[in-house]
Amino acid sequence: MADHLLEVDDLRTYFSTEEGVVRAVDGVSFTLDPHERRGVVGESGSGKSVTAMSIMGLIEPPAGNIVTGEIRYRGRNLLALSEDEMQQIRGGQIAMIFQDPMTSLNPVYTIGDQLVETIMLHQHVRKGEAREIAAQSLADVQIPKAGQRLDDFPHQFSGGMRQRVMIAMGLSCNPDLLIADEPTTALDVTTQAQIMDLMLKLADDRGTAVMLITHDLGVVAGFCDTIQVMYAGSIVERGNANDLFHDPQHPYTWGLLGSMTRLDETDKHRLNSVRGAPPSLIDLPRGCRFSPRCDFATDLCRQQLPLLRPIPGTVQEAACHYSEELDLKSIAVGAAG
Amino acid sequence: MTDTARTGERPAADLPEDVLLRVNHLVKEFPISRGVFLKRQVGAVQAVSDISFQIKKGETLGLVGESGCGKSTTARCLLRLLEPTSGQVYFRAEIAGGDGDGRTEVIDIASADRSRLRVLRNNMQIVFQDPYASLNPRMTVASIIAEPLTVHGIGSSSERLQKVKDLLKVVGLSPEHTNRYPHEFSGGQRQRIGIARALALNPSFIVLDEPVSALDVSIQAQVLNLLDDLQDELGLTYLFIAHDLSVVRHISDRVAVMYLGRMVEMADRATLYDRPMHPYTHALLSAVPIPDPTVEASRKRIILQGDIPSPANPPSGCRFHTRCPKAQEGTCDVIDPELTELEPGHWVACHFPEVVKVV
Repeated sequence: MADHLLEVDDLRTYFSTEEGVVRAVDGVSFTLDPHERRGVVGESGSGKSVTAMSIMGLIEPPAGNIVTGEIRYRGRNLLALSEDEMQQIRGGQIAMIFQDPMTSLNPVYTIGDQLVETIMLHQHVRKGEAREIAAQSLADVQIPKAGQRLDDFPHQFSGGMRQRVMIAMGLSCNPDLLIADEPTTALDVTTQAQIMDLMLKLADDRGTAVMLITHDLGVVAGFCDTIQVMYAGSIVERGNANDLFHDPQHPYTWGLLGSMTRLDETDKHRLNSVRGAPPSLIDLPRGCRFSPRCDFATDLCRQQLPLLRPIPGTVQEAACHYSEELDLKSIAVGAAG
Repeated sequence: MTDTARTGERPAADLPEDVLLRVNHLVKEFPISRGVFLKRQVGAVQAVSDISFQIKKGETLGLVGESGCGKSTTARCLLRLLEPTSGQVYFRAEIAGGDGDGRTEVIDIASADRSRLRVLRNNMQIVFQDPYASLNPRMTVASIIAEPLTVHGIGSSSERLQKVKDLLKVVGLSPEHTNRYPHEFSGGQRQRIGIARALALNPSFIVLDEPVSALDVSIQAQVLNLLDDLQDELGLTYLFIAHDLSVVRHISDRVAVMYLGRMVEMADRATLYDRPMHPYTHALLSAVPIPDPTVEASRKRIILQGDIPSPANPPSGCRFHTRCPKAQEGTCDVIDPELTELEPGHWVACHFPEVVKVV
């Protein structure tokens, strides 16, 4: 137990809106080990970003509330910490990178100022030293002429370079855990390859655990050891990357994989699209949340919410009543559509 | 030799029966202005520089490239939503009213006057990327889809309503939804509404500008399947613009790759993905992740250095030479390579083309 870097226990984060209570994260539990690279996969509204924001203590009442649950980082419950204590953790031990590097950098301060501020907040160093560390961290993310570029403003950097700056900022204090929320979604594909290559190298060198949040199963396939798939606020499947891709145990994971167009696809086939759309988080369906879109759903599914459980004969966990009966990998893509 | 082999050197009268659209040396420049009160032009961005290609009837041409490569500008020039700076866009238009008798006429879109453009707009339509921005939030679904019919004065209002209901069915929405507003629909459903609107005038050609980029994967698959079905049923011709090369592989018959306003490679889809010859295509393909950890573990990435240069100040010679692993000093930085047909149907603009297997 004590070996886990992060333990999330029955986390429920709700938002109150005029229309009703949005159950963005609804009973999520998982652990993350040191050095692990975890992919958190899911579509818009599946709760993956809210999970990350909850861990970082970025959920702001009264609109958002962590209703129940515990988040333990190296055994300490983050939800019980004061804002000052949380500030030491945030950025110092757990860092986060966001999707849009332009809106996460302050446009009126130089890159150097922003890096130095972060470093001085978490490390007991003088300004001069902090500037050296800042220059080094820019060099680490392969920004040419790092020392000079400290005095540039965010708008003088391209999108890919800005994301490098964000990574530099995130890693400047040597955190044990880096949460990257769709870090390459706003970037072009060749820039995405540069950034993922860089993150892989840095995480390897420093032994940083990474939680990579993305909707792109391709990005996850090349980067992560383990994956958890989220749907409508909960985890529906979890396992190591290889097993999950080749032997999915949850019909949603299977549908997601069948929906993907592949660069190495040779024959022109029909995509196995998942019918319908995700449910409203205000008015979740009874029973399994995926049942209205599932090809295999029965009355049991529509009555009883399946819990995430180990599936015998595999090393995965899935939240499906029928994982044992269904041999999803042998059902041809598109056959059930 | 290469001169005669270039696409589209031939005049419009030559447009073969099976070709729907031919783009001939298309150029689009945007002026760069300085000064607040006395604006003066200090330069120009050549967003599209000298592009030629053609699309056959019933075919899907995929146009790929990264931000700023000119793919959307090209599309907008084809529809005259932007005025081309120079070049021709020949289009085989069906004469309005001549439904069924199949009489066609070749029109140069780039120089057509307003009345001719109206005829053309019956024939060609566009679906935009953002289903949230491209539908008027104050209009009902019925009036959005019927708008092209109203503008062109087609049918009585009850006929138009019937057409709207039929179109909703065609794109997989319920005909009862006519009186709803866009905000009541999800992203995928909105994109279906955009497609229904594009289909209203029975066009033969549809430009799809990143139609699934804003959608979640499972919804993306639904829309791609719908586009496939519509093409089969209605015999549509598509220009499919996307930055996602796996989506383009799925939907296209032929694929053209653009970089900084230039077309660098064009081939049928099997050739382009299995035997690409341009170093930029190699890098682009190798950068796309494949959703399979086993495959990913065995792949080698070609990581390009630096960023895409500014189109306002493109590099001399081959525009890709500043980032190209194969660039040779004295050649690539001096001479702009021409798009040349190296194998039947396989066009490459590179001084040192070479087949590399990347996928």
